[in-house]
Amino acid sequence: MNVPALTKAARLATVCPMREAGKRGRRWGAMMVLMVGATMAGGCISVQAPEKPIVIELNINIKQEVAYKLSSDATKTIETNRDVF
Amino acid sequence: MSKVNGIRMGVMALALGAGVMVAGAAQAQDRDPAYAAARAAGQVGEKPDGYLGVVGAAPAEIQRMVVDLNIRRKAIYATRAQAQNSTIDKYAEITGCKLIAQTVPGEKYMDPSGAWQTRGGDAPVRRPDCP
Repeated sequence: MNVPALTKAARLATVCPMREAGKRGRRWGAMMVLMVGATMAGGCISVQAPEKPIVIELNINIKQEVAYKLSSDATKTIETNRDVF
Repeated sequence: MSKVNGIRMGVMALALGAGVMVAGAAQAQDRDPAYAAARAAGQVGEKPDGYLGVVGAAPAEIQRMVVDLNIRRKAIYATRAQAQNSTIDKYAEITGCKLIAQTVPGEKYMDPSGAWQTRGGDAPVRRPDCP
């Protein structure tokens, strides 16, 4: 059963010690100025994606390997069936 | 009695050995003389697809021989393609690359455009994807 509180619960004393509203706003503003300034001055390292997609041509390698394997087998096949080839 | 038996066994072993030798020779035998002659005369040629082709208007027996050899080739290609996890056509093409490379001067082969060429002293014109 929910018992309504008779008095308004007070916040814990440890929350937000010595916070000053005026100073907080100033710090935020200083950070913004710093960030905007850095962007303006070109201090950021910009990483640009290449216009063409990066393609790694692995399939050519695999195709070559298969062709090579078949080729050596074909040579044997020709030698063992000389009457047909 | 035992000596006679021994001689008989020896003769049997000799006959068996000779039989094995004949079978071995049959397996790796050379081209049929008619086929060898047709090749040399340029009546038949190697195609890039791994099969033989008749060049021009050849007699009926040459055409029949080419059909027979191509059926035997296809049977071999099918067996080997299965063993190599490939397809009959792919295996045949790879073998065709080899066969065209192995033609000797004077023999005919088909270039990638489908025209019959006579093999000269230099390398034959083959498909660009030949290994």
